[in-house]
Amino acid sequence: MSGIHVSTTINGDAVEYVCRPGEVLLDVLRDRLGLTGAKEGCGTGDCGACSVTLDGRLVCSCLVLGAEAEGREVNTVEGLADGNTLHPLQTNFIKHAALQCGICTPGFLVASKVLLDRNPNPTETEIRYALAGNLCRCTGYDKIVRAVQSSAKQLAKDATKMKAKAERKKNKSKTKKKRA
Amino acid sequence: MRYEAPTTTKDAVALLHKAKGNAFVLAGGTDLLVRMKSDLVEADVLIDIKRIPSMQTITSTGGAFRIGSSVCGAEMGENKALVKAWPGVVEAANLIGSDQIQGRCTMAGNLCNASPAADSVPALVAARAKVVIVGPKGRRTLPVEKVVTGPGTTSLKKGEIVESISLPKSQAKSADAYLRFIPRTEMDIAVCSAGVNLTIGARGVIKKARVVLGAVAPTVVVVPAAARAMVGSKLDEATLAKVAKACEAACSPIDDKRGTIEFRTEVAGVMAKRAAKIAYQRAGGK
Repeated sequence: MSGIHVSTTINGDAVEYVCRPGEVLLDVLRDRLGLTGAKEGCGTGDCGACSVTLDGRLVCSCLVLGAEAEGREVNTVEGLADGNTLHPLQTNFIKHAALQCGICTPGFLVASKVLLDRNPNPTETEIRYALAGNLCRCTGYDKIVRAVQSSAKQLAKDATKMKAKAERKKNKSKTKKKRA
Repeated sequence: MRYEAPTTTKDAVALLHKAKGNAFVLAGGTDLLVRMKSDLVEADVLIDIKRIPSMQTITSTGGAFRIGSSVCGAEMGENKALVKAWPGVVEAANLIGSDQIQGRCTMAGNLCNASPAADSVPALVAARAKVVIVGPKGRRTLPVEKVVTGPGTTSLKKGEIVESISLPKSQAKSADAYLRFIPRTEMDIAVCSAGVNLTIGARGVIKKARVVLGAVAPTVVVVPAAARAMVGSKLDEATLAKVAKACEAACSPIDDKRGTIEFRTEVAGVMAKRAAKIAYQRAGGK
């Protein structure tokens, strides 16, 4: 069986690997690249534990071939935190105890990130529909939904703060210019 | 196993035609990869059609739409013009699986997988969609209902690939709708379903209708008697009762874990009535 050489981008980094033709992206991530965030729950696209994004679209990496990632952009849960600073979704999942065993958590985080990027202020119903492809068998969904709601609020607050800061900076430089 | 990712339809057809052993077209893969993993099929060659530009786009010409075979469900839902013209087809395609599945699954795949419970097929048939098939002998166009011949079988010949699905220009005062029954809110396979496409005339009287049922026979069922019952009416209760009766008469379902024959037959009529009401309202009827 011949290997397929693949050049792709994962979490912003150029990555190359060789995989078998029938090998799924999930196995490439976990076994070849050491990115063990995505988990295998069902292996048939029902549970969402292996969720990643492929060119920005949420997919189950168990139903994508490693070979299909050629030239595409893959993002996994490993790319969520900014260095040692956790993403608000991650801190809120901890704060709201939205995880127990943790198997489903990476998938929920990736799916929630896609949701909030597209819809920064989702209703509870929208959150539940957007996360319907992610199964959790221990925590229960209420805590997860609350964690996503808090994250949405926090992200909106952060965005307002950033905007205000930028505005202040702009005004300051204007005043400086005026004085000059 | 070999994996091929051709960049033209011609190359894909040549690969499929010349392939030795079991060759499969890989569109979204949400059915095929699951079947491969469950050892239900053994593939010798996979031909990925997601690198073929003409299969990746939704284009609109004079109000008609051409949906490439590798266009995923999510992309259809994001296309405002398509949603406006064919809300029933889009809602049917968008009912397939979760957001994760929507990022991959295609209508062409849903069609060629040839499940009697495929969600997009009744809606496509109701919309009078056509399928463009390319093979070693060239291109041919088929009405969508001529593609599936039975559970898991299609009329495609060796080397043939569905290149795109075409939807006609949506007529004025017309609309379609699709409904399915599942025992929960989301993430399930249709127990039975109905697609309705209709046109209304002056004072909201139905001029034209097409009613199609899914998951109640080996292939989708067009029910002309139900359509005839609607024409000339404003969907009053008596008409809806006739529609349901005509649909029930057209059903020949199986008993399985998802539903009994009796249940499927009765609920198919209910789905048709409700889908008709939605389509009627969308078309501007009151």
